[in-house]
Amino acid sequence: MSVLIEVNQLTKSFGPFKAVDDITFKLNRGEVLGFLGPNGAGKTTTMRMITGFLPATSGSIKVCGNSVHKEPIAVKEKIGYVPEGAPLYGEMTVISFLKFISSIRKIKKEYIEKSINNAIDKLGLEKVLYQQIETLSKGYKRRVGLAQAILHDPDVLILDEPTDGLDPNQKHEVRKLITEMSKSKAIIISTHILEEVDAVCSRAMIIANGKLIVDKTPQALLDTGTNNETLDDVFRTLTIGKK
Amino acid sequence: MGTIINITKRELNGYFSTPVAYVFIVIFLLMAGLFTFYMGAFYERGQADLSAFFDWHPWLYLFLIPAISMRLWAEERRNGTIELLMTLPVSVGQTVIGKFLAAWIFTGIALILTFPMWITVNYLGDPDNGVILTSYLGSLLMAGGYLSIGSCISSLTKNQVIAFVVSIAVCFLFTVSGLPIVLNFFSSWTPQALLDTIASFSFVSNFTDLTRGVIDIRNIIYFLSLIIGALSLNILSINSRKGI
Repeated sequence: MSVLIEVNQLTKSFGPFKAVDDITFKLNRGEVLGFLGPNGAGKTTTMRMITGFLPATSGSIKVCGNSVHKEPIAVKEKIGYVPEGAPLYGEMTVISFLKFISSIRKIKKEYIEKSINNAIDKLGLEKVLYQQIETLSKGYKRRVGLAQAILHDPDVLILDEPTDGLDPNQKHEVRKLITEMSKSKAIIISTHILEEVDAVCSRAMIIANGKLIVDKTPQALLDTGTNNETLDDVFRTLTIGKK
Repeated sequence: MGTIINITKRELNGYFSTPVAYVFIVIFLLMAGLFTFYMGAFYERGQADLSAFFDWHPWLYLFLIPAISMRLWAEERRNGTIELLMTLPVSVGQTVIGKFLAAWIFTGIALILTFPMWITVNYLGDPDNGVILTSYLGSLLMAGGYLSIGSCISSLTKNQVIAFVVSIAVCFLFTVSGLPIVLNFFSSWTPQALLDTIASFSFVSNFTDLTRGVIDIRNIIYFLSLIIGALSLNILSINSRKGI
């Protein structure tokens, strides 16, 4: 199996505050890693460093063999990223936004239409193609955010709370999409929803106060609890130390 | 290069897909006309030239250009789209230049739409069209100067109102630095060399030189180096604090 993401002793400080503290892990193609943790634990900061948006204070990150620090553009070409809250250019229509991203991603002319159609198809955006993004519902906006991330068929997908704001049916669709894509990619998702980890992730990491405290399969995580404990209970025990 | 063009195209389309572009162009043309005919006394002067029109450009730009530049980066910060943009395979320099060019082209379009002035003056008399051409060139360069300062200041904040007000203040300093009101203040106690330096930073005096019909390479270098300097600071400011 090929290693697509290598994070080594990653640390990020904002002044005296350590948002991410000495995190090390590797992620292979075919794995779906779920970042779990309370708000403010450092999940988003970690993702921002992997995608090259924020510089690390210390430590190193390699994506597909390229150093994020030294070859940022090469790394960014290989990542599809949905930032927290899926920010989008609201004044653009869905189709012009997707065309813009494909042109920036340097997708070859003959593939542009195909890759846009593929993304539209997978995320069910046919109905809203010519609508301004700011007029769309939260669910549609989130799906446009996902569509722009998969346009160039990246090796690595990083999704910060991808199902936030979606209704149960849409959540199901997105999870199905993630599972479908998981074989050929390395995917990191962050989430608050523990059932999501169980549903799509092959690996779960719990981050609290910037530190990596658990790195296991969801099943193994569940097994650390006593008999009748759910993932919620295990999560609470691990992050705040009580039940 | 292709990346810069793609960013410029997106930005430029952005102006025209919202009312911003149309409101700006209409106000710009109305005010340009107002200044020329009332305050510049275009008819009363009885001369077939456009100096009554161009003389007001620094003052027009002082308030209108920050209105364009204020959103360039502050809006990206406020909406979080800066994170989307900066995680695409583009360099900070490409985005800064791309956005600046879009704003500059947009002001260029507004400036071109003042062509009825040029037709009017040619209809009424026999003006020196060479002078008018260098004046337009000077005006465009000066607009670029104002825009680059505005873009740089916009990158320092996520609040567009702050970007607007601070840009006006900084642009004001660059506008008036060659005028007697400022120079008289310094003249009593600063050496002549320093005085000349302060005066040479003035938008008005560099622009006025160009409106006389002489293309002096020094004026062009002044505006271009100002643009390059301001955009370099712009890149630094984005690089140093992307996430905040």
